[in-house]
Amino acid sequence: MAELTFRDAVRSALEQEMERDERVVLLGEDVGPGGVFKTTPGLVGRFGRERVWDTPISEQAIVGGAMGAAMGGMRPVAEIMFSDFYATCWDLVANEIAKTRYMTGGQVTLPLVVRGSNGGGGLGFGAQHSQSAESWAMCVPGLKVACPSTPADMKGLLAAAIRDEDPVLVFEHKGLYPSVGEVPDGDHVVPLGRAAVVREGAEVTLAGLAFTVGACLEAAESLAADGVEAEVLDLRTLVPLDAAAVLESVAKTNRLVIAEEGPGQLGWSAALAAIVADEAFDDLDAPVTRVCGGAVPLPAAGVLEDEVNPSARRIVEAVGRCL
Amino acid sequence: MSSEHALERSPRAGVAAPVGPPAPELYRRMLLARRMAEATRELWREGEVHGPGHLSEGHEAIAVGAAAALRAGDASIGTYRGHAHALARGADPEAVMRELLGREGGICGGKGGSMHITSVEHGYFGSYAIVGAHLPIACGLGWAQRLRGDGAVTVCFFGDGATNIGAFHEAVNLAAVWRLPVLFVCENNLYMEYTAIGAVTPVEHPAADRAPAYGLEPIVIDGNDVEAVRDTVAERASRAREGGGPAIVEAVTYRLRGHSLADPAAYRPAEEVERGVAGEPIGRYRRVLEGRGVEGGELDAVEADVAALVAAVAERARAAPPPEPATAWTDVWADGTSRWRS
Repeated sequence: MAELTFRDAVRSALEQEMERDERVVLLGEDVGPGGVFKTTPGLVGRFGRERVWDTPISEQAIVGGAMGAAMGGMRPVAEIMFSDFYATCWDLVANEIAKTRYMTGGQVTLPLVVRGSNGGGGLGFGAQHSQSAESWAMCVPGLKVACPSTPADMKGLLAAAIRDEDPVLVFEHKGLYPSVGEVPDGDHVVPLGRAAVVREGAEVTLAGLAFTVGACLEAAESLAADGVEAEVLDLRTLVPLDAAAVLESVAKTNRLVIAEEGPGQLGWSAALAAIVADEAFDDLDAPVTRVCGGAVPLPAAGVLEDEVNPSARRIVEAVGRCL
Repeated sequence: MSSEHALERSPRAGVAAPVGPPAPELYRRMLLARRMAEATRELWREGEVHGPGHLSEGHEAIAVGAAAALRAGDASIGTYRGHAHALARGADPEAVMRELLGREGGICGGKGGSMHITSVEHGYFGSYAIVGAHLPIACGLGWAQRLRGDGAVTVCFFGDGATNIGAFHEAVNLAAVWRLPVLFVCENNLYMEYTAIGAVTPVEHPAADRAPAYGLEPIVIDGNDVEAVRDTVAERASRAREGGGPAIVEAVTYRLRGHSLADPAAYRPAEEVERGVAGEPIGRYRRVLEGRGVEGGELDAVEADVAALVAAVAERARAAPPPEPATAWTDVWADGTSRWRS
């Protein structure tokens, strides 16, 4: 086991997969110089300019280029620097990449990855560089969606995404980039579609994703001090969604609190809550509760961001309401 | 050997190519596209076509001329007005017609419809219905060809209207700076849907006049001259195969009918339509061939063959059953399923 930062885990996954498969090529803004979040340094030196391509600021060309390259037999990994920029190329993502396999009756297969930073994380990037765009992607059949929470999962899920035969959007929470964790040595892959039980408990299930997994764990610590044993699930991917893991946990704990960073007016937590309400109603001793981001554009000042974002404190309060 | 030469060989295996004028293969292919469009229009009138349809009567010389310049292994990609492009690369006409009618055995399994005709096995990587979106995709196809280093090229067909959307400019810029083997072929039919392109574009040639901004030559050709299209695409493809980078070719044509099946195209001046009809590429090429000594009887025989083929295709497609409903749940993912959760 080696200790890696989350950002270094991105590079480690790319190195592992580029070493393994010469069809893996990178493209994006500033990927050659290492990227603004320093997730791709050293890759040009190791693999050369024929594997790592700097692009103009042209998100449609980046994402469309990845799609065409995948049709042409490559396994491209495109970087969209901030997930907010998906809005500038959403046509290519939602109308072309997501639908072309289906629309062509399976003639086209698109093994590609689009990855980049997502979420707020208290960094003060403001409303146009801090959104949680993973729920946008979950709305569109044909896209797989991965949102790792640890360096080990960052490496393993990105590796799995690159090996997958379908388009996968990997959302890297920018607040997690400096975080440090153990990453298994050697070939490391974490399959898409398997949630992780990151803390066991019998009285309430806390389900989180990416940055909110940490908030759930912090909440569970606090609850434990008060004698409440919470189980914490890291969903890891939204598509495929490991609904069975959530249903199994709820069958044991009979309570579910879901923590989502995105605005609560809609989002993946609402979809998950609906599944549990529909399929596990008899297991529930309390209403499913969502702790979400505020329905406001994310403000820049730290105290304002804290005001609207989910937190361990708000999760603990939500658990208090359902016990 | 180019596909054109392959097609112009005698169909009788082992027999030397005939002396004299080549078999009028380009003529046959243009006729096939035209008769398929006409049959589609007729079936639409009878209520047999499910959904919208955008036909390309008048554009045939571009699809057929360009396809004749391509090799197996080259890619092409087009728009919702894409039936002729698929057919020109060799797609099965009956599978195309079944797709248009929403019948079993459609070329996209009934999941694409008129705007998404695709035949990957023939190098036609699809018809895309968001204007301009497929130009960046063409860059990716060309990028893969460049990375593979196999000398293949991609031809990307698009309408004049696409030149005013951002994706056009992002794609041409990327292709130019990465020196991708992509030929951007604009089918300028003078209209973006119902509006004259000249009314919404500040330059005379919407594609070619933008080319110099990306360091490319402005190339305008007669898009109703099938051999001119073939020769221009062949020449530019040859340069691209050797690392010469992309080109923009603006092929000027005329859409003989409306934007879609539902559009009577009443907004066009009568004299303009008359000129368009007089200059349409198929009658024109017939006159060229006859001028070169091809017997009218031989061309009549081609016409009869194509008419019989299309009539049979239309009849079989009309008689075919709808697709199996359960197939709506396949083909989202590479494993064939649409499963998104456990």
